[in-house]
Amino acid sequence: MSSANPFIPSSYELNKEKRARRAKWSTLTVTVALLIPVALILTLIALKAWPALSWDYLTGDVSRSGAAGGIWGPLMGTFYLTLLCLAIVAPIGILAGVYIHEYAPDNAFTRAIMIAVTSLAGVPSIVHALFGLGAFVATLGMPKGLLTAAMTLSVMTLPVIITSTREALSSVPKNFREACWNLGASRWQTIRTIVLPNSFGGILTGVILVIARAAGETAPIMFMGAVMWLRIAPAGPERLMPYGLNDEFMALSNHLNLISKDIPGMPEQMKFGSALVLLTLILFINGLASLVRLRLRRRKRW
Amino acid sequence: MTERTPSRGWRAALSSAADWIEKPIEALIRACGWSSIVLVAAIFCFVFWYAAPLLPHIDWFGTDGFFTSTHWHAKEREGATYGVLAMIVGNFAVALVAMVIAIPCGLAAAVYISEFAGPRSKEWFKVGIEILAAIPSIVWGFIAITMIGPLLIKYAGATMGTNLLNGGIVLGLMSIPLIVSLAEDSLRAVPDSFREAAMALGANRWEIVYRVLFPAARSGLLAACMLGVGRAIGETMAVLLATGNKNQIPTSLTDPITTLTATIASEMGDAEAGSPHSQSLFTIGLLLLVITCAINLTANLVIRGNKRASSN
Repeated sequence: MSSANPFIPSSYELNKEKRARRAKWSTLTVTVALLIPVALILTLIALKAWPALSWDYLTGDVSRSGAAGGIWGPLMGTFYLTLLCLAIVAPIGILAGVYIHEYAPDNAFTRAIMIAVTSLAGVPSIVHALFGLGAFVATLGMPKGLLTAAMTLSVMTLPVIITSTREALSSVPKNFREACWNLGASRWQTIRTIVLPNSFGGILTGVILVIARAAGETAPIMFMGAVMWLRIAPAGPERLMPYGLNDEFMALSNHLNLISKDIPGMPEQMKFGSALVLLTLILFINGLASLVRLRLRRRKRW
Repeated sequence: MTERTPSRGWRAALSSAADWIEKPIEALIRACGWSSIVLVAAIFCFVFWYAAPLLPHIDWFGTDGFFTSTHWHAKEREGATYGVLAMIVGNFAVALVAMVIAIPCGLAAAVYISEFAGPRSKEWFKVGIEILAAIPSIVWGFIAITMIGPLLIKYAGATMGTNLLNGGIVLGLMSIPLIVSLAEDSLRAVPDSFREAAMALGANRWEIVYRVLFPAARSGLLAACMLGVGRAIGETMAVLLATGNKNQIPTSLTDPITTLTATIASEMGDAEAGSPHSQSLFTIGLLLLVITCAINLTANLVIRGNKRASSN
C-alpha cells in the first residue's frame, strides 16, 4: 500500500490522455492537410488565369479553338442550359419530394421509390449520357441540342432536388400540420399554406445546388449537341440569346474539356482562365446556397 | 343531405376553385413522386435496348472474350473484338488507389469534425469540405493534367503525367467530401446517451470514438465507404483526363490506364448511331450500371439493416 496522493493520475491515465491528445491532433492534421492543397490549387489557378482575365475575355467570341478571344458563347450556353434544366427539374423534383414526405404511405412501394431515388443518384454521369442518346435522340427522334441536353441534366439532378426537398419538409414540425388539419384544412391546403411557405428556404437551397451541379457537369452534355465552336451574332438580341431550343450550343464545362487537352500553341492562361471562370461561378452559386441556409437557421422561429 | 349555401365573393370562389383543383394537383404530385422509379426503370431499359442487338454476338468468356481479354477493337467492321478486361481492372485499380487515400482521410476528418472540433471551427471545416465537394469533375481533370501530372513526373518518376496514380489521387480527393459527410452523419446519429454512458465510465474523447462510436456507427461508416467506391467507379470526366487512356492492365502505379467510363466518353463521339461500335459502348454502360447499382443497393441494405437492428 503506497501512501502517495490518490488524486495524482496514474501512468495508465496519463497514457490514455496522451493517446486522446494524439488522436485529436492527428485527425486535425489530416483535416487541415486535406484543405491546404485545395486552397493552394485554387490560388494557383487564380494566379495563372490572371493575365487572361478581362472584360473582353468574358464578352469576347471564342476564336482559334479557344486559343484566342473570349468565352461569351460558352458562358451563354451554360446559362441557358442551366435555366432550362432548372425549369424542367425544379417542379418535378419539388413535387416528388412533397409526395414522398407528405403523401406516400409507409409501404413497400414507397420504399421502392426511396431506393430508386438513391439508385438514380448513383448512376454514373456517362450512363445518363447514354440514356439521353437512347431515349431522347434515338427513340423520340429529338435533335441533339440545348433542350435534349437540359433534359439529360434534369434526369441526373432529380435525386438532388428530391432529397433536399424532403429534408426541408421534414424540418417543418409535425404539430404545424396537425393544427392546420384540425381547422378543417385538407392535405393540399395544409401543404400550400403551411408546409411549403415554412420550408421555402430549404427547398431554395436544393434548387441552388442543382444549378451548381448542372453548370459544372460535362459528361451528360458532351454528346448531346455541345460543340467546340459556333458563330455567334456580333450584336443585337441574338448576342444575348444565341441558341434556339434545338440548336447545338457551346458550354463552359465542355469548352474547358476541349481546350485542356494538349493543343499546340494553346496559351496557358486561356485554359486557366476558363477553369477559373467555371470554378468561380460554381463556388459563387454554392456560397449563395450556404448563405440562404445560414439566414434560415438564424430566422427559425421554432 | 343538407343544402349548401351558395358561396359569394371572389374569395369564396377562389377557395372553391382551390378545392376543385385539389384532385388534379394530387394526381400530379403522385405522378411526380413516381418519376424516379420510372426513370430508373427507363434508364435500365433504354441502355439495355440499345446494347441488345450486339449481346448475342459477344463472346463473353473466350480468348477474345468480353470479361477475359484486353482486346478492344470495337471500331473494326470485320472481326471486331470486345474485350474489356483492362478497363474493368483499370476501373477497380483507380478506385482502389482512390479509396486508399480517401477512406482513412475521410474517416479521420469526419471524426475530427464531429467529435473534436469546437462549434466555430466545425462550421469552417464544413465550409472547406463543401468547397471540395463543389469543384466540378472537369475542373478536377484539368487540375490533374496541369498540376498533379508535372509533380508526378518530377517526384514519382512517371514518364507520363496522366496515369493510374494521378487518377487515384484526383478521385480520392473527389470522394473525400462524400465520405466525410456520410460518415459524419452516421457518427452524429449515435445517441448522445451512448457518449454520456461511456464518459460516466471514465472514457475520454478518443476512447469514446473508437470503443463506442465506431462499433455503434459501424454500418453507417461502412456504407459511407461503399458509396465512396461507387462514386469513384462511376466518375467519368476527371478519370478521362487524368488516367492517360491506354488500354492495358497496369503493372505499376505510374502506368497509364483506361476505365469503362473513360472508354465510353472518349469513343461515343465517333460511334455511328446504331452501329456495333455504339452498341458495344452501350454494353459497357450496362455493365457500369449493374456494378454501380449493386454497390448502391448493398450500401442501402447495410444502412437499413443497422436501422432495424438499433430499433429492436
